[in-house]
Amino acid sequence: MLSDLLPILLASADAAAVDPATRFIRLLTVFLLAMWVGFEVITKVPQRLHTPLTSGSNAISGITAVGAIVVAGSLATRFGTLLGFLAVVLAMINVVGGFVVTHRMLEMFNPKKK
Amino acid sequence: MSSQAWINLAYLTASMLFIVAFKLMTGPRTAVKGNYLGAVGMAIAILAACFEQPVVQSVAARGATPIVMLAVAGIIGAAIGATMAIKYPMTGMPQMVALLNGFGGAASSLVAGAELWSMTAAAKLTGETNAAAVKAAETQLAPWSQFAIATALTGLIGAVTFWGSFVAFAKLEELPRFKKAWTDPNRHLINLGLAIATLALIAGLCAYPTSNLLYWLLVIVGSALGCTLTLPIGGADMPVVICLLNSYSGLAAAAAGFVIDNNVLVIAGSLVGASGLILTAIMCQAMNRSLVGVLFGGLGTSTAAAGGDDIYAGKVKSASAEEIAMVLEGADRVVIVPGYGLAVAQAQHAVRELANALEKRGATVEYAIHPVAGRMPGHMNVLLAEADIPYEKLREMDDINPTFPETDVAIVIGANDVVNPAARTDPKSPIAGMPVLDVDKARTVVVVKRSLSPGFAGIPNPLFAADNTLMYFADGKKAILDLTNALSKG
Repeated sequence: MLSDLLPILLASADAAAVDPATRFIRLLTVFLLAMWVGFEVITKVPQRLHTPLTSGSNAISGITAVGAIVVAGSLATRFGTLLGFLAVVLAMINVVGGFVVTHRMLEMFNPKKK
Repeated sequence: MSSQAWINLAYLTASMLFIVAFKLMTGPRTAVKGNYLGAVGMAIAILAACFEQPVVQSVAARGATPIVMLAVAGIIGAAIGATMAIKYPMTGMPQMVALLNGFGGAASSLVAGAELWSMTAAAKLTGETNAAAVKAAETQLAPWSQFAIATALTGLIGAVTFWGSFVAFAKLEELPRFKKAWTDPNRHLINLGLAIATLALIAGLCAYPTSNLLYWLLVIVGSALGCTLTLPIGGADMPVVICLLNSYSGLAAAAAGFVIDNNVLVIAGSLVGASGLILTAIMCQAMNRSLVGVLFGGLGTSTAAAGGDDIYAGKVKSASAEEIAMVLEGADRVVIVPGYGLAVAQAQHAVRELANALEKRGATVEYAIHPVAGRMPGHMNVLLAEADIPYEKLREMDDINPTFPETDVAIVIGANDVVNPAARTDPKSPIAGMPVLDVDKARTVVVVKRSLSPGFAGIPNPLFAADNTLMYFADGKKAILDLTNALSKG
């Protein structure tokens, strides 16, 4: 049964069955460009928004939920699924908690609420 | 278009939304919208992930089981996250952010661990039907492959993030065991040992990527390193640590993206990584500390502490609440300088009342916010906003510094190094060149402080002995309440 499911897990690896170096460079390009965009955009944030920015970006770092869903949802191995399940829980705490907290903080800066 | 193409398109949309979200975060009016867009992007990415081939195929093989499981996990996580975010008091924000951040790091480590486990299991399969899968797994598990290196890095950074954040949480929450910075003289040796072990394990895992044991050993060593790197860091350096850990959690997610070949993880992760690094640099600059100094802790805390006595001898003027109230009565323009001590004493509401009392007498009151005031970046703004202090009155350092000469009274509450004029006047001072608030240029300076003890830079502050300075020795919150009382009586 296990052996029926394992190939599923590798589907994504199959799809990317290009030369490993090409694949790596492709991702590295994305990584470096995104870092650069990040530097450019964030440099302009004023000091008073540093806290919401920290917590907002914190929420976005929960993007690892995507990876967690893929490894947990494949049900490939029991232990792997357990780890994936835990990862989904933790990443979702990060995502939901992060966005809600940021919203609460920004609300306080908003004088209209009174 | 294949289903994978649609999924990738969804990821691309999510990535663009994240970038726009960051962009909108740069303006106070657009920040709320930015946060919404970030959340929408996240929802799109998470939904798309549920349609990834591994999930779809396991649904085909097992029915609803995987979807139910994912939904359960998602709901548990969302419920815990939402409860934490809503229930936690606003003043505990730094702790809360630290904790959430740690969870993200831990999740990345688990993703890499799960992927490695399943991949090594796949490589052990036998039989004709599995030939393709086995071959694919073997390619992934080749020594020094992208998969191997990225798995090692994810495990390490994720573990450091989780434990580092946990220690930061414990320190900010002021759990008794974590209150004092860890200053064991052997800590540099311990860190060095852990660093060597880390490098050895990374190299080992890259060379033998089929070893799950090496991976979990690396996670354990990374956990220890996360603790030993954060434990020695003092309370005043916390803003730097929070930024740095934030950056790590992003980098861990980006590394996990390299493990599972996923663009959206790489993009979102590196955006967060970059934002954390920039904030770290800003914080370090504002504290005149080198990143290395903060990380390896305790630098300069014990060195230049001497010499305070001759600076202070006979020149420090201590005043009572009534005397200070008298000075305040005649003031037209008052600037309040809140510092780390105010955040610790939670005196923001008391400060608001004092400001109200002053404004009732016709004085204008403004607040001078140093970039590192508080316990996390921009924390003071959040604290004062919580006490309903209008936003326009909070002024940044460069903006308010030129106005100090026209200020009648500057009230410094729980701040020390950030108002030390020695940074400007004494080129030999350890904090020379550090940006400070020029409160000493105000006509009268009132310093509310418990004692003459030095701040985290460990140096005396000539401001306390200046002719125009009145010291008010008391606990922050009580002092402000007494001042307000004295003022309304007078």
